[in-house]
Amino acid sequence: MSDKTLESSQWTNRQASNNRTVALWTTAWLASLALANFGPTFFWDDAAHLSILSVALNLAVGIGMILANRRLILDLDEMQRQVQVQAMAFALGIGLVFGLAYSTLDVTKLIPFDAEISHLVMLVALVFLVSVKLGLRRLR
Amino acid sequence: MKNRLKVLRAERDWTQAQLAEAVDVSRQTVNAIEKGKFDPSLPLAFRFARLFGTSIEEIFEDDAA
Repeated sequence: MSDKTLESSQWTNRQASNNRTVALWTTAWLASLALANFGPTFFWDDAAHLSILSVALNLAVGIGMILANRRLILDLDEMQRQVQVQAMAFALGIGLVFGLAYSTLDVTKLIPFDAEISHLVMLVALVFLVSVKLGLRRLR
Repeated sequence: MKNRLKVLRAERDWTQAQLAEAVDVSRQTVNAIEKGKFDPSLPLAFRFARLFGTSIEEIFEDDAA
């Protein structure tokens, strides 16, 4: 078993490496998003070409983050992948249903404030995190 | 689905983590399979069988059987 264990511990190392890669891409994406949002005001005085460049950079880094996430999910084992898929299904479904209901409340002026996309992002992220936690706890 | 993974593992004095590494899954997955909370795919069942040098039927048993 020792040879097999030695060989297979590469799988565990790969998981850790994938997690680190996703964390790095996510941090870079958040930084590029902050730059695209605050750069025009604080760094380049609303120069349009720099604003376009910063949005392009944000999109490019975002694609890198998506691909890193894809790699992470493909390398998960089958139970972890099942938990992730269920959590994604909940997050997407609840995001869609509640997001559109929230937007409708805004359009019909039933809420006294604008329906912000950031609220939807937070809802989707929270639903995903809670779903993963519950999914793993159910299988513990 | 019932299984004899825990018995086979104990006979060899392996930990869940060692078994998990040997078949390329997480320790949590081995734990869930041992407790019958998660049914492994056929390829994973074959990996267990190869590792323990036995057949799938010797490890896993259908609840309905």
